[in-house]
Amino acid sequence: MVNRPHGGRLINRTLSQKTTQRVMDEIKEYGRMDIKEVNAVDVGSIADGTYSPLTGFMTSDELGSVLSKMRLPDDVPWTIPVVLDVNRELMDFDEGETIILYYNGEPLARMHVDELFSFDRKEYARSVFGTNDEAHPGVKRVMELENTLVGGEVEMMGELPNPYKDYTLTPMETRVLFKERGWKTIVAFQTRNVSHVGHEFLQKTAATFVDGLFINPVIGKKKAGDFKDEVILKTYDELIRNYYPKAMTHMSILRYEMKYAGPKEAIHHAIMRKNFGCTHIIIGRDHAGVGNYYGPFDAQEIFKEFPDLGMEPMAFQAFYYCHRCGNIVNSKICDHDRQFHDSLSGTKMREMIRTGEVPEPYHMRKEVFEVIRSFDKPFLE
Amino acid sequence: MAEERKHTTVSIPLPLYRKIKERIEGTGFTSVSDYVTYVLREVLASLEEDQKEEVFSEEEEEKVKERLRALGYLD
Repeated sequence: MVNRPHGGRLINRTLSQKTTQRVMDEIKEYGRMDIKEVNAVDVGSIADGTYSPLTGFMTSDELGSVLSKMRLPDDVPWTIPVVLDVNRELMDFDEGETIILYYNGEPLARMHVDELFSFDRKEYARSVFGTNDEAHPGVKRVMELENTLVGGEVEMMGELPNPYKDYTLTPMETRVLFKERGWKTIVAFQTRNVSHVGHEFLQKTAATFVDGLFINPVIGKKKAGDFKDEVILKTYDELIRNYYPKAMTHMSILRYEMKYAGPKEAIHHAIMRKNFGCTHIIIGRDHAGVGNYYGPFDAQEIFKEFPDLGMEPMAFQAFYYCHRCGNIVNSKICDHDRQFHDSLSGTKMREMIRTGEVPEPYHMRKEVFEVIRSFDKPFLE
Repeated sequence: MAEERKHTTVSIPLPLYRKIKERIEGTGFTSVSDYVTYVLREVLASLEEDQKEEVFSEEEEEKVKERLRALGYLD
């Protein structure tokens, strides 16, 4: 059997069609709150169980516990706040009310407002990101949050617009899929980039020790200059079709906005993949990091603080091509001088594509390169 | 968001306390309480690990399988 859900129970906060219809009939009786994309995506993750055991946006008790102890009040590990912010001066509802959350003008979810509370942005940022430096993209977003947080349970009644429906599986769906395939141990690979050969070796090395490989690209808001979501998915399709064992590989997407919280976000990534049924997660160098805010292996070390996480990290150093070894290796299995190393970072890869340089076969599979080249504009503008 | 003190006291034999205190010297654990908490979390997690059960009903599973077949993931 696949891994148990985080906190012991897979959450489903989706209203039945019948109840949804009843709410729609009475919709004018509810207060209204328009939410941003990041909140709408969080609603989806709460509703389908990706964020199990959360059933709603965090209350002050939950947020305080996460910030100070990296745990929910019932001691379940949790490192990243899931909050809904609102401008108190502009809102037209109060504690105790049930409201409708609208996204893009459409009703998305019903929410019971348990609590409205203020919070300290600096304490929040320092606790999650380890810094108050607003040059950090995660800190910047926290500093831009409205002055009040709304805590309470949500029930999804609509659907998020999703251009990648066929690539989307809920935790319940991946669990059934893994069960049907007979997988008991599954390693997750989180990515927000097209794959180069180093990634492929990383995944295949990890997959050697388990029953299944779950490639789980993050789809959502990214920075200008990043690969478009469609490019990432098409390149992986081609890569899997040509080079991966089909019986032990599955790819579906995760809709999520990166926080760049390094080690704490690595734990959050592990929790989400645990809910999909995974037992292991690949944690590479500077996982979920940005700039120089975190040490290269902080995201691997933090797992030692959570003996009850229920997810095993598979920690790797970066893979690269060594001209002396004549092979793809990592620093643990190659001690040749750096002059022989030929590494390919995401940044370097994007630069090669931009300048029209054809990558070496040990940098990138030709099929992947051809897919990228088939797009007029593979990067976000 | 002030941190609340949500702890209670558990008694352990004094010799065991001394052994643990000695053992955690030079490690990342700053107190016997921290160490005991860590160990208990680990033990409880491993016990829960043995209690795996399905998290969906047969009816839900069948519905999911239909979609997985339609997507070509299952035969």
